[in-house]
Amino acid sequence: MAATKRKELDLVRREMPKQAPDVRAFNFEEVALGYPAQLAMEEAKRCIQCPKPKCVNNCPVGIDIPGFIRHIAEKDFAAGIRILKDTNCLPAVCGRVCPQEEQCEETCILKKKKGEIAIGRLERFLADWEAVQKKLVMPKKARKTGRRVAIVGGGPAGLTVAGDLIKLGHEVVIFEALHQLGGVLIYGIPEFRLPKAIVHREVEYLKQLGVKVVTDYVVGKTRSIDSLQEEYDAIFIGAGAGLPWFMNIPGENLNGVYSANEYLTRMNLLKGYLFPRVDTPIVNHKCVATIGGGNVAMDCARTALRLGAKSYIIYRRSREELPARLEEIENAEEEGVIFNFLTLPLRYIGDENGWITGMECQRMELGEPDDSGRRRPVPIPGSEEIIPVDAAICAIGNSPNPLITATTPGLEMGRGGNIVADETTGKTSREGIWAGGDVVTGAATVILAMGAGRIAAESMHEYLQGLDKKKA
Amino acid sequence: MFELISTQMIVPNLHLLEIKAPEVAREVQPGQFIIVRVEEDGERIPLSIADWDREAGTVTVVVMNVGSTTDKLALFPAGENLPTVVGPLGNATEIEQYGTVLCIGGCYGIGSIYPIARALRDAGNRVITVIEARSSFLLYWEEKLSAVSDRLFCITRDGTAGLRGHVDRTAEIIHEAGTVDRTIVNGCTLLLGRGSAATRPLAIPTIVSLNPIMIDGTGMCGVCRVSVGSETKFACVDGPDFDGHQVDWEELRQRRRTYLREEVIPLHTSRCGEQVRKI
Repeated sequence: MAATKRKELDLVRREMPKQAPDVRAFNFEEVALGYPAQLAMEEAKRCIQCPKPKCVNNCPVGIDIPGFIRHIAEKDFAAGIRILKDTNCLPAVCGRVCPQEEQCEETCILKKKKGEIAIGRLERFLADWEAVQKKLVMPKKARKTGRRVAIVGGGPAGLTVAGDLIKLGHEVVIFEALHQLGGVLIYGIPEFRLPKAIVHREVEYLKQLGVKVVTDYVVGKTRSIDSLQEEYDAIFIGAGAGLPWFMNIPGENLNGVYSANEYLTRMNLLKGYLFPRVDTPIVNHKCVATIGGGNVAMDCARTALRLGAKSYIIYRRSREELPARLEEIENAEEEGVIFNFLTLPLRYIGDENGWITGMECQRMELGEPDDSGRRRPVPIPGSEEIIPVDAAICAIGNSPNPLITATTPGLEMGRGGNIVADETTGKTSREGIWAGGDVVTGAATVILAMGAGRIAAESMHEYLQGLDKKKA
Repeated sequence: MFELISTQMIVPNLHLLEIKAPEVAREVQPGQFIIVRVEEDGERIPLSIADWDREAGTVTVVVMNVGSTTDKLALFPAGENLPTVVGPLGNATEIEQYGTVLCIGGCYGIGSIYPIARALRDAGNRVITVIEARSSFLLYWEEKLSAVSDRLFCITRDGTAGLRGHVDRTAEIIHEAGTVDRTIVNGCTLLLGRGSAATRPLAIPTIVSLNPIMIDGTGMCGVCRVSVGSETKFACVDGPDFDGHQVDWEELRQRRRTYLREEVIPLHTSRCGEQVRKI
């Protein structure tokens, strides 16, 4: 019978349409355009629906991946998005910026045959599909518990905790230092990779669920954690890694030398790329060097390129060691970002008005592997050269901002200025205070922050229920 | 949202704004600042706090109209809401009993030196206040400052009030006062630098409130970095107060000029199109 005939594997990953490189290099519109329904269904049908799916195990928030994919294949998108939203309150964001190739897609059984399912693209498809539907599906909310939760920081970790706890019936207030919610999704990731309208949409969804939001509120300055504790039963700190690192080389305070945080915040949160239509001033640079090889560096280099500059990435190791997502590296290359590998800046050179005019760099070669397992870059003597640039962006990392730890006595800190929190519960050294995301781990990814938020929310819920029992 | 309670051009080009911001008013200490945004998609600018009323929940700032955002702020109508007022940011000015303290204010700093002088006086110091401007018609708050100072001196460039000249003349004021144990300067970068230069030969500890470009004001962007001694500091979280004898003034001056040209570009259009759209 036909039914017994084994279905042949379809190993062709459906490509997602993108803006052509020579077009997108001059605009800030989103690069990837998303699957149309037909392509999404074709891609979804390739999933073989493993009985013990390994993709789920490798998802930091444990989404039922085969479940939502099956619904796409069956063209029941509404059912698909419900499954997604059960475990992930930010699917449109995760579908775009999660490193799926290292997570769910890495362990897809079809990966062995180089035909892993494009899980991220399918996730994105469902979220975008929902956004254009007239009716937003609201999840069921538990009865009000009367317990109050304060969340410090409106980034991915905080938004996840908010989404989880509001559904469980707690009252949730998010305190955000900047004027918009989203954290790095708003100030860091550029419009062409994650349109801000999508972040606003996800935040709006949380507000509709009943989450209260207080912006322009710097916990640690406007009000201390201790003061918040008098009013709230539990506190989650998801303040992120907001302290930019510099290289401490000569000339770093010249005009035209930026931290990635400054450059991206100016462009994204403050819409500098629209200057002079908006008031946030930006200088029209001709030649910009971005130092670093992570996703943030790619974002900076691609932003500078779009503003008309010749854009370099300066990275001290080789292409293989670049920590950025492959997709972003390829996008940057296609658009015309110039990669200078095995190059280390030694100093910045300035003119009499204090503006950067160039950077002296040293060539490197790869030596023995270091602690991170990557081959250590070793300087080649006598290889110094000067690269003329009129701007440099330092995108070498961030550590947690000390504003909160400095004003919260008894909160245990790690060596990097991070808050110490239990990995399995998110609990800090102080009763009633949880923490998660970059403020605990140092700069990492959106989805890891969300995973930490999910874990903390569970533990917080347990604690809040316990409070009721104590009272009774 | 933060209501602009009242607004007044206190002297030409300097505007006194009283803003409803109860949470800021509750916590603010002398020497701190706020970050303000005038419109959605607008720029964020730091402003020193010149006074507050904890009960009424308001803070007062003095703003100089120098570019497109401060221009909009100057024209902002009372009764409407500013989208962002965040603070109090930065560390408070250290207030102890030092003995005799010289408080120097110029420009917007005539406003922001006021709560510092008041706190120093309350802490038992002898307070000598010096206010400085190009001409007498640019001085303000003389009475308010007199009330919290043991002596008040004026310096004007044209000699129309008090001593004629620049802040350098504080050397004479110090001489007249006998001993001065500490100097605190608020105002433009030039005043801060020259004020520090004036006290250096006398070895009087001099605290300056720096005013570099800022974005978030919480240590996130690093645009406000200044060289103090041999170290790079973030003015927003490590300051804004620093030892004036240690600051690299030339670097600060240059960094403040980063957007000198761009700051006024939005003012260079007639904005005719925008008005048409609004109608």
